[in-house]
Amino acid sequence: MPDTAGDDGLGPIWVLPLVVVAILLALAAAGLDGALRARSSGRSALSGSASPLAEVARLLVQRRRRTLNRDPVLHQVGILGLPLVALLMLTVVPIGDRPVLDLPVGVVWFNALDVVVWAVVWLAGWAPNSDFALIGGYRFLALAMAYELPLMFALTAPAVAAGSLRLTGVVAAQGGWWFAVWMPVAFAVYLLGVAGFAVWGPLSAPMGADLAGGVLVETSGPDRLLLLGGRYLLLVAGAAFAVPMFLGGGGGPLLPAWLWVVVKTAAVLAALVLLRRRLPTLRPDRFLEVGWVVLLPAALVQLLVVAIVVGTSGGDS
Amino acid sequence: MTDVLFWSLSVVAVVAGVTVFVVDSMARATYALAVSFVAVGATLVLVGSDYLGAVTVLMMVMEMAVMAVYMVMFMGMNPALMPMSMVHDKRLAIAVSVAVFVLLSAGVLAVPWPSRRGVPAVDPTTELGRDLMGDHMLVMMGVSVVMVATIVAGLVLALHRGRYQRFGDDLRTRSGHPRHGGGR
Repeated sequence: MPDTAGDDGLGPIWVLPLVVVAILLALAAAGLDGALRARSSGRSALSGSASPLAEVARLLVQRRRRTLNRDPVLHQVGILGLPLVALLMLTVVPIGDRPVLDLPVGVVWFNALDVVVWAVVWLAGWAPNSDFALIGGYRFLALAMAYELPLMFALTAPAVAAGSLRLTGVVAAQGGWWFAVWMPVAFAVYLLGVAGFAVWGPLSAPMGADLAGGVLVETSGPDRLLLLGGRYLLLVAGAAFAVPMFLGGGGGPLLPAWLWVVVKTAAVLAALVLLRRRLPTLRPDRFLEVGWVVLLPAALVQLLVVAIVVGTSGGDS
Repeated sequence: MTDVLFWSLSVVAVVAGVTVFVVDSMARATYALAVSFVAVGATLVLVGSDYLGAVTVLMMVMEMAVMAVYMVMFMGMNPALMPMSMVHDKRLAIAVSVAVFVLLSAGVLAVPWPSRRGVPAVDPTTELGRDLMGDHMLVMMGVSVVMVATIVAGLVLALHRGRYQRFGDDLRTRSGHPRHGGGR
């Protein structure tokens, strides 16, 4: 199907509800994470699930820490960047059958934004003029070198299968099998990429405890809230983007399309939060080799398979 | 509306471009350049080249992040936090840039721009791909293989310790132990 230029989105008025839903999902993810942490340390899961709210309240009134010779302007850019990038990612995700911003190149838009995370996280680590934070920033770039190219090809596979970079087009091409079913490798690599740009689970070394928090170490108060919240929002954005790309968008029985999008997003989000506690944090230098020697060829082979399937089925899908 | 957006983005692009040379911090210069490129990418989206615009943002931001890596790699611990001038050899640089600017603007004004024939393509991305790749697919494929081979060869030559040291010449040695060079 040829893509036609032109905007058929819901329009900017829908940004506000989008932000509210995204923040609620982020709080729910943090709540689930808190509950799991509480249970594993023997406390009641219920008290743990409320811990994000307490943390938000605590950080809102905490004083800002100011390090010597920091770069205040760029530090703010790094801090505000994470939530902003996450929200820009969400604008192209079709809620129901239409996104807020219906770009003909939604897939590339998402890809460009997940690269902006490189610049933002590095900046948040660099700007406070602190060793551990700086090392955290560089750890992120090292991980990014490893996950970004496989992620790019994982994003290419659904786009090739659909013959469209427009997300509504990708959803429409999943009338039969969901892409997650017949492109499992691309889906897995994509989820790992989400963990990468959300500095999550196995790829959380840039904010690791061995660095006393790494990128986070010198950031406190509302700034820290924005960084941590931005990380959860990126996780939400990654989960939400998986829905049109791999999980058939709003398709499903009984419920309205928009609700299916929310349900599927919540499911992917829960899976990401649950997996976090099952997987060890990877060493960036070791993961670099995994990324280039295992993930990249795997993603390319997946893309080849998809291209052959699309080519032999007449290329009309 | 589009006009206002176009002109504001153009102003942002130029101002951010000038900022690169005004600021005294390497990191600020890097990010000013990134802002400039993002504004250029957004203008490309505005004129209907969505794909080119998005790719410009993608490539340029990634490039700036990689530049940050090199910045510290080649220049010691954290030179970016030390104030330093972003211009070198001022007089010659100004002369060259003024000359280039005059040349290019003269070109813009003097060239008889052709008027548009036909209508814009329905899908500029596809058309652009056809136009770039159509007759040159073989060349492109050949060049890309050569480029990848060059990058790999460069890495192999530059790498202090690689897989071959850890796993033996035939990559059969099953040991990633740090003692055999697995760790660092």
